[in-house]
Amino acid sequence: MSLPVRTFDAIVVGAGGSGLRAALELSRAGLRVAVLTKVFPTRSHTVAAQGGVAAPLANSGEDNWHWHMYDTVKGSDYLGDQDAIEYMCRRAVEVVIELEHMGMPFDRLENGKIYQRPFGGHTQDYGSAKMAMRACAAADRTGHAMLHTLYQQNVHANTQFFVEWMALDLVRDAEGDVLGVTALEMETGEASLFHAKATLLATGGAGRIFAASTNAFINTGDGLGMAARAGLPLQDMEFYQFHPTGVYGAGVLITEGVRGEGGYLLNKNGERFMERYAPNAKDLASRDVVSRAMTTEIKEGRGCGPDADHVMLKLDHLGADVINQRLPGIREIAIKFANADPIREPIPVVPTVHYQMGGIPANYLGEVVVPAGGNDEAVVRGLYAAGECSCVSVHGANRLGTNSLLDLLVFGKSSGEQMVKSIRAMPEAHKPLPKDAGERSQARLVRLDSARSGERVAEVSNELRRTMQAHCGVFRFPELLIEGVEKMKAIAARAERIAIEDKSKVFNTARIEALELDNLVETAMATVVSAEARKESRGAQARSDHPDRDDANWLKHTLWYKDGNRLAYKPVHLKPLSVDSFEPKVRTY
Amino acid sequence: MDRLQHDRLKWKCRRGLLELDLVLERFLRREGKTLSESDAAALSELLEQPDNDLWELVIGRSDRVDARLRGILAQLRAC
Repeated sequence: MSLPVRTFDAIVVGAGGSGLRAALELSRAGLRVAVLTKVFPTRSHTVAAQGGVAAPLANSGEDNWHWHMYDTVKGSDYLGDQDAIEYMCRRAVEVVIELEHMGMPFDRLENGKIYQRPFGGHTQDYGSAKMAMRACAAADRTGHAMLHTLYQQNVHANTQFFVEWMALDLVRDAEGDVLGVTALEMETGEASLFHAKATLLATGGAGRIFAASTNAFINTGDGLGMAARAGLPLQDMEFYQFHPTGVYGAGVLITEGVRGEGGYLLNKNGERFMERYAPNAKDLASRDVVSRAMTTEIKEGRGCGPDADHVMLKLDHLGADVINQRLPGIREIAIKFANADPIREPIPVVPTVHYQMGGIPANYLGEVVVPAGGNDEAVVRGLYAAGECSCVSVHGANRLGTNSLLDLLVFGKSSGEQMVKSIRAMPEAHKPLPKDAGERSQARLVRLDSARSGERVAEVSNELRRTMQAHCGVFRFPELLIEGVEKMKAIAARAERIAIEDKSKVFNTARIEALELDNLVETAMATVVSAEARKESRGAQARSDHPDRDDANWLKHTLWYKDGNRLAYKPVHLKPLSVDSFEPKVRTY
Repeated sequence: MDRLQHDRLKWKCRRGLLELDLVLERFLRREGKTLSESDAAALSELLEQPDNDLWELVIGRSDRVDARLRGILAQLRAC
């Protein structure tokens, strides 16, 4: 049975910051754009971004894109592509001012200019001790304000939204060109083909592959799964940024401010263990040091609770006044999610995944690029990727705070621009859809609708998250990684035998969750296989057996392919667009 | 609530903020089966709030909500 076809000039999958920014570019150019999104656009995970967006406006002190570029290259632990980083830093001022003109309610200085504050890792004069004032924010709601501003602009520009539609698979023809996607309308439960001249994946990260994650439930790596099933590689998937203190069992962040105010971590013996790992900084050591220490305590049997799988964050000694006045919201979070009132008892915490640096390989124009015919980066015609689901790669092995919102704006815009340019250069008529368009998606749906018995979605996805947390967490051990790969293979096999009890089509969330599980499986497999293979520590990947960065062997990007569960590698772009290269140096702060 | 009403409401509980995902999931798990028609309608209306505003309501940092929705909000706060 063939699927109904809807035809557009361009399709954007995902309506977070990067998808909305790209859609705006396309709609303003007068093109017909469809944006597909699982949830209402302003409920995208971009809403959770609080810190701000980086741009060297120099409103509150000297700054320029060269310094910002240096910080980003160093922050990436030299795995970032320096051409893409230069591109992003040079366009930062433009995209932030543009957003200001669209009505984004940035905090302001008395002279009316955008207020800017310092943020970790952002410096003046190529890493000097002086912090740069580079982060532009709208109170603690920067992501929220950005989403609302961009959504309103898209409504004005007549972007067509398909809300509560889940994209399923890419449509590629015999030449490998991408001609659109298949998608499921939740309201009817029916699938359609969206035929387009250009398709952008802007589906966000896949932090939900870990048991402890700050990511919202929607972050299931849908675009990553779609790319992997279409035969495209995923790049640098071993690199996820962790935050040391997420509430055990929930993932909700407990801000670093708690330790700044004097809170500290305890193991099951009541020992303040950070004194052993960082005698001077103790609990205020950097995020990676604290996270590794916590993991070591748990691994060596000094974790708390019946499963000895977390540690405690103690702050009752600070007193009720300090907790209520200087740490607003922390008490409510602890009571709500840990059932612990921090005025009287410690909060159970674990290192918690926060941001995915890897993704679908793309260049700084948003074009998806893969090795083909001797070229490491041949363009996949018709396909683009932007935002957290993409790997451009500006964050390399570790992202700087406030660079993610900048990434959304710059590469949302540049991919939109490139899509407009490419569509205008194409013939009037769409390239015809292949005969088998939609077959893969239909087969997935038929299997789900016909399976009488099998594995349950909740059980398999919980097992996946537990496995990734235990085997591929913030501190990685060789024997655990090897075991983790085998366990993920077994979980992937179980996921192929999923059955749902209720076969209803109309708004059946069990069916949606089963389809999401396919994407979690691809992403988790890419992550653990890539992590096991990379025999070094760099940025967010910390291995017990290879504690140092190894530029001689590992200054290269990982590419994982679903087909054969295999890996390939490609060089890092060390050459920027116009300035001299920043040579890899030991990274100290 | 029948299966369809439950699933529609469940999907409106998928948010951009993890904090809300967790509270709303817990609420639906505990109360979803016994929620009255009017409470389900009130919850659905409350879910139209932007994420940050809704979170401030849920943790009691804000009370700015229509009087009709106070009952369901109290239930969410207690959950």
